[in-house]
Amino acid sequence: MNKRQLPADPMIQRLIQQARYSQVTRRTVLAGVGASAAALALAACTPGGSQPKLSPAADKSATDKTLTWANWALYLDQDDSGKYPTLIEFEKQTGIKVKYDVAVDDNNTYYAKVKDQLALGQDIGADTVCLTDWMVSRLINLGYTQKLDHSKIPNIKNLNPNLKNVDFDKGRNYSLPWQSGFAGLAWNKDKIPNGLKQVSDLWDPSLKGRVGVLSEMRDTIGLIMLEQGVDISSKSWGDTEFTKAIDEFQKQVQSGQIRNIKGNSYADDLKNEDTLAAIVWSGDVTSINAEVGSDKFGFAIPETGGTLWSDNYLIPIGSPRKSNAEKLINYYYDPTVAATVAAYVNYITPVQGAKEAMQSIDPTLAENQLIFPNEATLATVKGFRTLTNAEQSKYSAQFEAVGLGA
Amino acid sequence: MAIAALAGSTVTQEAPRKKSRIALILLLPGIFYLVLFFIVPFVSLVITSLQVPSATNFGQFDTAFNWQTYVDVVGQYGTQILRSFFFALLATVFALLFSYPLAYFIGVKARRWPLLQGLMLVLVIAPFFISFLLRTLAWKQILSDEGFVVSALKALSVLGPQDHITGTPVAVVFGLTYNFIPFMCLPLYTTLERLDVRYLEASNDLYAGPFATFRKVTIPLSLPGIVSGTLLTFIPAAGDYVNASSEFLGGSSSTMMGNVIQSNFLVQLNYPAAAALSIFLRAIILIIVSAYVKRSGTDDLL
Repeated sequence: MNKRQLPADPMIQRLIQQARYSQVTRRTVLAGVGASAAALALAACTPGGSQPKLSPAADKSATDKTLTWANWALYLDQDDSGKYPTLIEFEKQTGIKVKYDVAVDDNNTYYAKVKDQLALGQDIGADTVCLTDWMVSRLINLGYTQKLDHSKIPNIKNLNPNLKNVDFDKGRNYSLPWQSGFAGLAWNKDKIPNGLKQVSDLWDPSLKGRVGVLSEMRDTIGLIMLEQGVDISSKSWGDTEFTKAIDEFQKQVQSGQIRNIKGNSYADDLKNEDTLAAIVWSGDVTSINAEVGSDKFGFAIPETGGTLWSDNYLIPIGSPRKSNAEKLINYYYDPTVAATVAAYVNYITPVQGAKEAMQSIDPTLAENQLIFPNEATLATVKGFRTLTNAEQSKYSAQFEAVGLGA
Repeated sequence: MAIAALAGSTVTQEAPRKKSRIALILLLPGIFYLVLFFIVPFVSLVITSLQVPSATNFGQFDTAFNWQTYVDVVGQYGTQILRSFFFALLATVFALLFSYPLAYFIGVKARRWPLLQGLMLVLVIAPFFISFLLRTLAWKQILSDEGFVVSALKALSVLGPQDHITGTPVAVVFGLTYNFIPFMCLPLYTTLERLDVRYLEASNDLYAGPFATFRKVTIPLSLPGIVSGTLLTFIPAAGDYVNASSEFLGGSSSTMMGNVIQSNFLVQLNYPAAAALSIFLRAIILIIVSAYVKRSGTDDLL
């Protein structure tokens, strides 16, 4: 290197020499590479890739008399002061202090919140949580749930036999239904006095920009597919039928007919009247009416059919309070308790004998088709078939793309 | 060292090879922080963005070198990417237009009344005392279809009978502007507060009209405030996902990059796509900001 003459001033000379040393040398480059490698090694510790088999957390229920139950909004009986009467009764009976956490707005967002802890087998801050069939199926497949001890849930004998052997959990070893319900149509009776009869009534020009649908793909697309004559529960349909429904959905979103695509928070939009008509979950309408204090919103299963789903209790792999959770499940499988809850939430209870118990609580509700549907009602609804992994990714990407306007 | 040099010792004295050990020790917490909270997550993000879906388990991914994801996401979400920067630009311009007179008034005109000055500053900062999520939700209620604003605008025929505000680009840009005004206003205030009004008088004495004075004196003097204010607004606004979220003011015609990333991360469980988008967003912002800072000639800000 051609070195220029340094200035004579000794102080400046020293400064220049020092500056030369601080320039990038081979050694600093090597040190940088080393640091990056260390960072890479650290980053590699983050979860990802295949996991070893998880083992359930040790059960500390005997000493730890607490329980956290994560659930959806409008899903448990509540009195005017915001307390949950059946839950208080449970606390009295068992001495277990229950924290009822309305943490689930949507299956996907809840899963995203807890999946990293689940993958590591850690406590997710809930000892039992109620999620929808397809999500429960995923969690069981991934080994994220604890096996239920049926001997500790004697009331399991009350389980509706139709729900005993579902395809994702034969014999109900890992999950038990909490409530079932329909997705159907809701409308604001003040603004739409004639009500809605089918899904295409939502596409009426007078409702432009005032329509909401569920962010739950299986319900929104399920209803559209049913209207297009597809039996969503059979394995006979595939990409063609799904895409046809997505096209209809996309058309309505792009034209501005559909304004909101939401989880349980659609209740707010109905209340502030941004949404006048929507695809909603059956029981919520009763709860929303109770909140606004009048019979303002109507609900109907579309003539072309509605979807039927269940939300199921499961115990996450990292919960150290499994026995407490089993006690809770057992308690809610008591017909009288189940009837009390059903009278409030207006969803279908999976507990046999609840109908008889309902006779003494409110005989009119015992005939309510949303709580105790008869054969004729059940004939109008279908469950969405189980999707393969490839279908799940493809379809949810298609569904999301519509919402994102992509 | 400098003292030793000043003492005039011999020229051949060897320069210190190493920097002071104390300086290194003092730097350690900062370096540790950067490595732990910036470099490690960033490397992890890069690795994630190159992963491919696992064949067996849904929502799990295997390490690979699949750079195709970047091409895919840019192709798929090009509109949202452009829209993000466009909305951020609009919000920055509106925030600047709104904040400059405000900051000028507080910083220059109100100098004579310190009490008023303090009060107005508090009013600018006060919204920070409430979570911006709550404030944005409040706007959602105010702008809702049956709300006062929409009814009034409909009565005035500004809006058609079926028009609405929430869920439109107008609402999103409004929300962004509203939420970032304090970030624009405060840096502007700090530079304008130091503005020497004698320059303005001098400019006036030299026959510059009010407009020429503003353009040639006030603006150049407040340029550092403008640059830092626009950066503080533009960067977070481009990545913002709250305002454009359909839970708040947005809808499917106004989704921004943040919403796309959120959907890919939390709903579609397509982590590589979300990571690739995050890195892309970061890279673009870095390029835009460096070009901007270089052009406005205020390198010393960074």
